[in-house]
Amino acid sequence: MVELILAPIAEKSSKFNHTDSWRILKPEIEYDKCIRCMICWKFCPDNAFEISTGSSIPSPNERTAKLEAPVINYDYCKGCGICANECPEKCIEMTVESKKVI
Amino acid sequence: MQSAQRKYNAILTGNDAVAVGAKLARVGFISAYPITPQTTIVEKLAEMVANREIQARYVEVESEHSALAATFASELAGIRSYTATSSHGLLYMHEMLHWTAGMRLPVVMSVVNRALGPPWNIWTEQTDTMNQKDTGWMQVYCESNQEALDTILMGYRIAESEKVMLPLMSMEDAFVLSHTSEPVSIPDQEEVDGFLPPLDLKFRIDTNNPMGYGSYSTPDGPFMELKKDMIESMKNSKNTIREVTRNFAEAFGRDYSGLIEEYAMDDADYALIASGTLASTGKYVVGKMREAGRKVGLIRLRFFRPFPDEEIVKATKNLKGVGVLDRSVSYGSSGSIANEVKSSLYEKSSIPVTGFVAGLGGRDVRIEEFEKMFDYIEKGKTGNYFIGDREGN
Repeated sequence: MVELILAPIAEKSSKFNHTDSWRILKPEIEYDKCIRCMICWKFCPDNAFEISTGSSIPSPNERTAKLEAPVINYDYCKGCGICANECPEKCIEMTVESKKVI
Repeated sequence: MQSAQRKYNAILTGNDAVAVGAKLARVGFISAYPITPQTTIVEKLAEMVANREIQARYVEVESEHSALAATFASELAGIRSYTATSSHGLLYMHEMLHWTAGMRLPVVMSVVNRALGPPWNIWTEQTDTMNQKDTGWMQVYCESNQEALDTILMGYRIAESEKVMLPLMSMEDAFVLSHTSEPVSIPDQEEVDGFLPPLDLKFRIDTNNPMGYGSYSTPDGPFMELKKDMIESMKNSKNTIREVTRNFAEAFGRDYSGLIEEYAMDDADYALIASGTLASTGKYVVGKMREAGRKVGLIRLRFFRPFPDEEIVKATKNLKGVGVLDRSVSYGSSGSIANEVKSSLYEKSSIPVTGFVAGLGGRDVRIEEFEKMFDYIEKGKTGNYFIGDREGN
């Protein structure tokens, strides 16, 4: 007989639940074509896109170099490919991630 | 009822009585969607919130699913929360019923038992709540407006007990209780505060300490263990129910005698098991038949979940026959209560059990029909019978 109840609560939040192992195809942004429209960031169902202002990120021109850029957090990206499908510049490529394939 | 019963100080409908119960329980959050015959419960509570008679947040939503989702969330934030519904509204809550119980949240909800369509019918029947028997909620079927009020207070004490931590639904029969006025004794707020301490939810949401609530479990994760714990807690709740009912009797002078109530059972040879207001008619018939020298009694089932199997075995031990009256249907099987009674008695007793289904869609179950049921029980007719239909059964 249990004295106190067991509740379905994890001490850590779902932030610690990395879902990268689900991925077979990996999205990769070709930054020299990326116009920083952030449509990938908007459509990602897993909030796996972060926003970076780093100047070291390659850019198609000087104007876009001053803008924030989308950066994929691969800890949470499940490789669904929605970003690649939505990208108006077709600059996100889905590549087979051989190390993930069993 | 004990002799120390308090004087009546109000005349309330069942729905007003449960609204007063929620107020006395100092609920801090109410969310509901109106449905006949529940509407006047939440109308009354909305009025109390608007008049600042009760320190609670009242949230209007667009559906019963959302009503219980909002109630779930506020309870998880550590606030004693309340909702009420009926019939189709309860069915619409079904998914959230599992979530509330699975998340171990001690919500108390009032349900007014009403038939399910088609055809549309607003009168009383228990199929709506019998459909929810596997959701992990405790279920109480009330017989009077007083019991409906008192069950809200006892309900929170039971549900919030550290050994239980499961939600509870308290039922009233549509119109027969919900819209019918009866004398009621409203306890003082101070007395209720003494009986029901504030909720202290150990695992409430804390933004400074984020945790994963109901997040995820693989087959190898704690899923089965969590379910097992709910089964154990539901078992443990029987002792808590007996204890809280006793404490309530000591504090307020009204003794609901645990999970079942026995009426004229001391020397009875035959008995009928009934619930809700049907038990009241049953008691009247038992009284009449006793005057005629027939040794009959009645067992009123208060709790259906957890099912009072030990109580049923004990109460039927010296009987020659027992009948079970269900005001609900399970197509392709017999009455829900009848099934549970038979299952409780299996290998523990060999008395014949007769199942009755009656009063569907609010049809009156008349004295003659109760007498007919007792005749069947006395004749040892086993099986299941449909009572009170137009074919003259």
